[in-house]
Amino acid sequence: MTVARFWRRLKNMYNLIGTHCEKCGGFYYPPRNLCPKCRRSSRSVPFKFKGTGEVVTYTIVHSSTKDFEKQTPYILAIIKLDEGPSLTSQVICDHSDIHIGMKVRSAFRKLGEESEKGMLYYGTKFVPMESRNK
Amino acid sequence: MKSGIVSYGAYIPRYRIKIEEIAKVWGDNPNSIIDGLMVFEKSVPDMDEDTVTIAVEAARNAVNRAGVNPEKIGAVFTGSESHPYAVKPTSTIVAEAIGATPNLTAADFEFACKAGTAAMQACVGMTESDMIELGLAIGADVSQGAPGDALEYTAAAGGVAYIIGKENIIARIESTYSFTTDTPDFWRREGKPYPEHGGRFTGEPGYFRHVTSAAEGLMERLGTKPSDYNYAVFHQPNGKFPTRVAKMLGFSGEQIKPGLVVSRLGNTYSGSCMMGLAAILDIAKPGDRIFMTAFGSGAGSDAFSFSVTDRIDEIRNGAPSVEEMLANPIYINYATYAKHKGKIKL
Repeated sequence: MTVARFWRRLKNMYNLIGTHCEKCGGFYYPPRNLCPKCRRSSRSVPFKFKGTGEVVTYTIVHSSTKDFEKQTPYILAIIKLDEGPSLTSQVICDHSDIHIGMKVRSAFRKLGEESEKGMLYYGTKFVPMESRNK
Repeated sequence: MKSGIVSYGAYIPRYRIKIEEIAKVWGDNPNSIIDGLMVFEKSVPDMDEDTVTIAVEAARNAVNRAGVNPEKIGAVFTGSESHPYAVKPTSTIVAEAIGATPNLTAADFEFACKAGTAAMQACVGMTESDMIELGLAIGADVSQGAPGDALEYTAAAGGVAYIIGKENIIARIESTYSFTTDTPDFWRREGKPYPEHGGRFTGEPGYFRHVTSAAEGLMERLGTKPSDYNYAVFHQPNGKFPTRVAKMLGFSGEQIKPGLVVSRLGNTYSGSCMMGLAAILDIAKPGDRIFMTAFGSGAGSDAFSFSVTDRIDEIRNGAPSVEEMLANPIYINYATYAKHKGKIKL
């Protein structure tokens, strides 16, 4: 990811800021310029999601791209946020605990780095809701 | 002073390594190390945790605990000796992640283990002078200890954030006093991964001289004595130093016990003393007085006197307590610890 591309998406990655269409009530993450249902008549405004949701499905990645090889094996899941939209994210927990329907919440983690001397990328991952760090 | 703590938040990673596990690798006697340091285990960051992520989680807990509007925060200062960037502030990332940007000032502090309390003092100065309404001071570290070095038994990970202001305070800062000299007891050169230290030299001319001087200076300024305080907390590089310095100053074992978290946590460096204060605030009652003295090698000490207000009971349960974060750890072996800490180069 280039520096400029990360910087443009930084607010959305740090805090799960997407969009909400005030006309139809739809929620979108990542943010959209227009509501796909209301099109030209959409009234999209920035919306900060609570960061809570549940695991729709998951996989455990053993063979990753070079960027993530230090983290293998890791859990990659589709999370359905409480407000509606779904997104793909790592879930940080014991591999024996992960299950479909697991309640999760967002956490601030390091997503990766450009290189040893390059930029560090931070953003949102998910951890089990029952984790004591609320 | 009118300024005080408006809210606080801590963060401790879930992983721990026991002293026995480290001693086994280096052929040391674990019992003599545990007896000598009064530390049983230490926290270890996850693969994707560093000073920035820990500082953000602690800051979010501080914001959430009291329902603080982050846009009112006019300064973010993060103290650490393990900032992930040499140039590029941790504090800007924290400020963005808590929603405090863009109308604020921010900077990173470094003064070994007392950079966080120096940040608290800077915030106090700015709130007392009405330059800002609220200031956020953080002490966070993923401390470094070279493989096989004595520091490896205690160098831990964790962070604490304090929001300083004049309104809705939970603990008034009665006064603060610092004692600083050029004492080279511990250092890390630019570009080097692990710190060096003066061994036993870190004790008398470093820790004990500075902590006692700052503590006595503050009590003299305020006209207080150890028995005036319900709790006391001192920098905790191990369990032995704060226990001994408390005794030297006239504080009892009962006064320091609630804030002595090092035995189960290790030394969180910039977060060390501030973590002990957070553990005390988790149980303090309105009217209690708390004495705190941080120490940073290099060397200096910052002493604080706090008076707890009625508001503590209103906000206490808004974020997890230190005790909750110390509970239910996941224990790892030395190989996993080495991987988490980046000691294995791929």
